[in-house]
Amino acid sequence: MTTFVFTAEQQELRQTLRKFLADHSPPAQVRRLMETEEGYDPAVWSLMADQLGLLGLTVPEEHGGLGCGPVEQVVVCEEMGRALLCAPYFATAVLATGALLASGDGRAQAELLPPIAAGSMIATLAVAEQDGAWSARGLRTRAIASPGGGHRLSGAKSYVIDGAIADLILVAAQADGGPSLFAVRAGAPGLTRRPLRTLDLTRKQAAVEFDEVPAALIGTEGAGEEIVSRTVRLAAVALAAEQVGGAQRCLDMSVEYARLRVQFGRPIGSFQAIKHTCADMLVDVESARSAAYYAAWAAAQDAPDLPLVASMAKAFCSEAYFRVAAENIQVHGGIGFTWEHDAHLYYRRAKSTEVMLGAPAEHREVAAGYLLGRAGQPPGRPGAPGGPGAPGMPARPS
Amino acid sequence: MRSEDDAGRVPAEAGEVRREARAWIKEHLDPAMRLADWLEVLADSGWAAPSWPRRWHGKGLPPALAAAAQEELAAAGAPGPPAGLGIMLAGPTIIDHGTEEQKRRFLRPLLTGEHAWCQLFSEPGAGSDLASLATRARRDGEEFIVDGQKVWTSLAQVADYGMLLARTDPSAPKHHGISYFALGMGQPGVEVRPLRQMTGDSLFNEVFLSGARVAAGDLIGELNGGWAVARTTLAHERTSLGARVGGRRPFPSPAGSRLAGQREVTVAEFMARCRQRSPGRTSNADTSMVAAGAGPLIRLAADLGRDADPLVRQELARLHTICQINAWNGLRGRAAAEAGGPPGPEASLGKLMASQIARLWRETATLVCGPAAMLAGPDGPLDGQVALQALAAPGPAIYGGSDQIQRNVIGERVLGLPKEPDPSVGLPWRQLRAGPAGRGPAGGGREGGRS
Ligand SMILES: Cc1cc2nc3c(=O)[nH]c(=O)nc-3n(C[C@H](O)[C@H](O)[C@H](O)COP(=O)(O)OP(=O)(O)OC[C@H]3O[C@@H](n4cnc5c(N)ncnc54)[C@H](O)[C@@H]3O)c2cc1C
Repeated sequence: MTTFVFTAEQQELRQTLRKFLADHSPPAQVRRLMETEEGYDPAVWSLMADQLGLLGLTVPEEHGGLGCGPVEQVVVCEEMGRALLCAPYFATAVLATGALLASGDGRAQAELLPPIAAGSMIATLAVAEQDGAWSARGLRTRAIASPGGGHRLSGAKSYVIDGAIADLILVAAQADGGPSLFAVRAGAPGLTRRPLRTLDLTRKQAAVEFDEVPAALIGTEGAGEEIVSRTVRLAAVALAAEQVGGAQRCLDMSVEYARLRVQFGRPIGSFQAIKHTCADMLVDVESARSAAYYAAWAAAQDAPDLPLVASMAKAFCSEAYFRVAAENIQVHGGIGFTWEHDAHLYYRRAKSTEVMLGAPAEHREVAAGYLLGRAGQPPGRPGAPGGPGAPGMPARPS
Repeated sequence: MRSEDDAGRVPAEAGEVRREARAWIKEHLDPAMRLADWLEVLADSGWAAPSWPRRWHGKGLPPALAAAAQEELAAAGAPGPPAGLGIMLAGPTIIDHGTEEQKRRFLRPLLTGEHAWCQLFSEPGAGSDLASLATRARRDGEEFIVDGQKVWTSLAQVADYGMLLARTDPSAPKHHGISYFALGMGQPGVEVRPLRQMTGDSLFNEVFLSGARVAAGDLIGELNGGWAVARTTLAHERTSLGARVGGRRPFPSPAGSRLAGQREVTVAEFMARCRQRSPGRTSNADTSMVAAGAGPLIRLAADLGRDADPLVRQELARLHTICQINAWNGLRGRAAAEAGGPPGPEASLGKLMASQIARLWRETATLVCGPAAMLAGPDGPLDGQVALQALAAPGPAIYGGSDQIQRNVIGERVLGLPKEPDPSVGLPWRQLRAGPAGRGPAGGGREGGRS
């Protein structure tokens, strides 16, 4: 496994998926779905499972999946980001699947991963609460052990991705033994869900309330922090790749338009103000790509610097995507500011994913923790309270 | 940077190259030998310029793997091949365009340090629009006689040869009447006058050519076909300036006949002197502190007790990220090349990234140092490096083709955007409009400038 070198299978996966998305998620379809409450097309979702096996991409083969890893996940998310696919893929196949795998809970995996891989169960992960933090520390949602076995959850989650349509919600909650992960079924008594109005029209979010909702513990009590930080770290890499795909599409739109649009008797792409903007967009896109890919291979190799690298990638790709999405509108002029043009859909996705799973400044602070130590502590002590929680981090850059 | 970490994740072949280089160095490096002798052994081994063809003192390795070999020299504490533009620009240009005889005459001496080279391209009236240059070369029997002026010529004061662009047919359009020569610098017709740079040092020069002579046999490439040769030089300049950031490099050996005395010391003495001298002092356009990435500033922030400041932490993390990404762009380009693919767009980014990093390094250093950023030399932070790098930072955005020209190159060659019209392109050179620099015609033209 060589960093930056995709295998023939990985390249084929990309080509197949690109073709699939061209057929099943063209812009007109994206626009149709973004106006619906569910925000996805069940028929396409089934095809993703049956035809491509995508919903089990990282699910082990014994549970009906393809058994792939972070590099394939990055390929898939990049293509989906490029097409702005409207589907609960990130919630189901990145967040929820990631959490189940990180939990190491064989029984839960055997029960939940097969229906996820088969496309019959949409799942999501609910961590953030009112403060929006994707961390299992300081949770206000409580889990009380029931006398008859199992737990009951009370509290509120927000920013739950595809939370309104999920059949399964994995919830991080504070149990007696510490932060822990729980599974809640869609129809559970005491569960209320409210779709949220979102800036990004192509990905839905929900607020979820729990009033003594019966829930099943996943993994062990107190393991929640480790599960969540591991899951979020890998999800940040996948999201960074999604941002690369979106940014590339914005650049392509700009370059194409700059070649065709004529003003002052010349294509606008021959004016340096536009040409240089496009060149800077390319620098952003390619740099973001290097960062996301490097992080993907670091994840695949479970490299000790993964926590640092994942945060660097998420911070950089977030800002690069938004810069490129904003410049794309400028290159298009008035038409770029219209509802009908797709530029704003990417702009919305860019702005939203910029802060999803932690804003760039937060990720830079995580990186700074590895480079400089927490304030008052030597560098490379990630396990410390408030630290990002990864063993064996290298200290400073050489 | 982080070459140890990265080493595990570059293609497997790099591991073999590293092993081979390491074994060779171990066998041949003797701290007691003369530096001049080491350079000869190094040149004949192929490890001085591993990306060159085997026939011509190289090992025929892709640039990616050649860089790995450089890192091994650095790791072994071995003196590197000579500094300067000989290996970086003159060698590859002569390999591509020179005759067998020229290759025999020029290549080895520039590897051993016998010959130092400078680049006689820019003129008062021709910078970005290099093809508008006005220095003339007229045939005189078996020689050409050269008259004109060059400017910003780095290290001309120590060079034995100059890569000279001169106009040999003024009636042809600007790109078609230029020839490329190897000009001997040590002759009466060549006068070098140092120019003082904004850093206070004098690394670049004006070079006045009055009746300078160059043998017809030192014409590189075709008569009036010099532009194609120049493009090779410029392409190597772009990539090597970009690659400067990241990757450990050995201390370069002194180049040129004028510094022959400095090659008489032993390898051990030379290395000791290098380690003593503060890094970055070798050249004022040099951004070697910058090449070290965020590391020195991270340590400085800790020493100054600034490492708990959230703003400082943000900017150090940002700087570290961009330095790492630049290195990853390079590794990704390497990996693509080694997988046999065409170079991707990532290969064109390094030059722009390098100038961006130089600016970001400067700003981050200022933030970390606060009021101490006002001080220079021994009174300044990092023994004056913070001040020096602040002053050196504008350089990379200008030399080797400015940022604007790089963006033109990327826009047109990588993204396929239409060129800007250049009204001067088809006209005979002698009809072009003279610019403010006066001496030669500085066309308003842009196309095919230093690109
Ligand atoms: C430290 C240093 C070392 C150098 N060493 C050497 C050397 O060894 N040998 C050598 O030959 N040269 C050398 N140079 C010269 C360097 O290559 C030129 O300075 C550079 O190519 C710019 O040319 P110029 O200075 O004439 O500026 P100009 O070309 O006049 O440019 C001035 C400004 O106009 C912009 N500009 C020009 N044309 C365009 C265009 N088409 N589109 C948009 N903007 C444009 C430029 O980007 C710049 O901002 C060195 C320069 C420096 C700073």
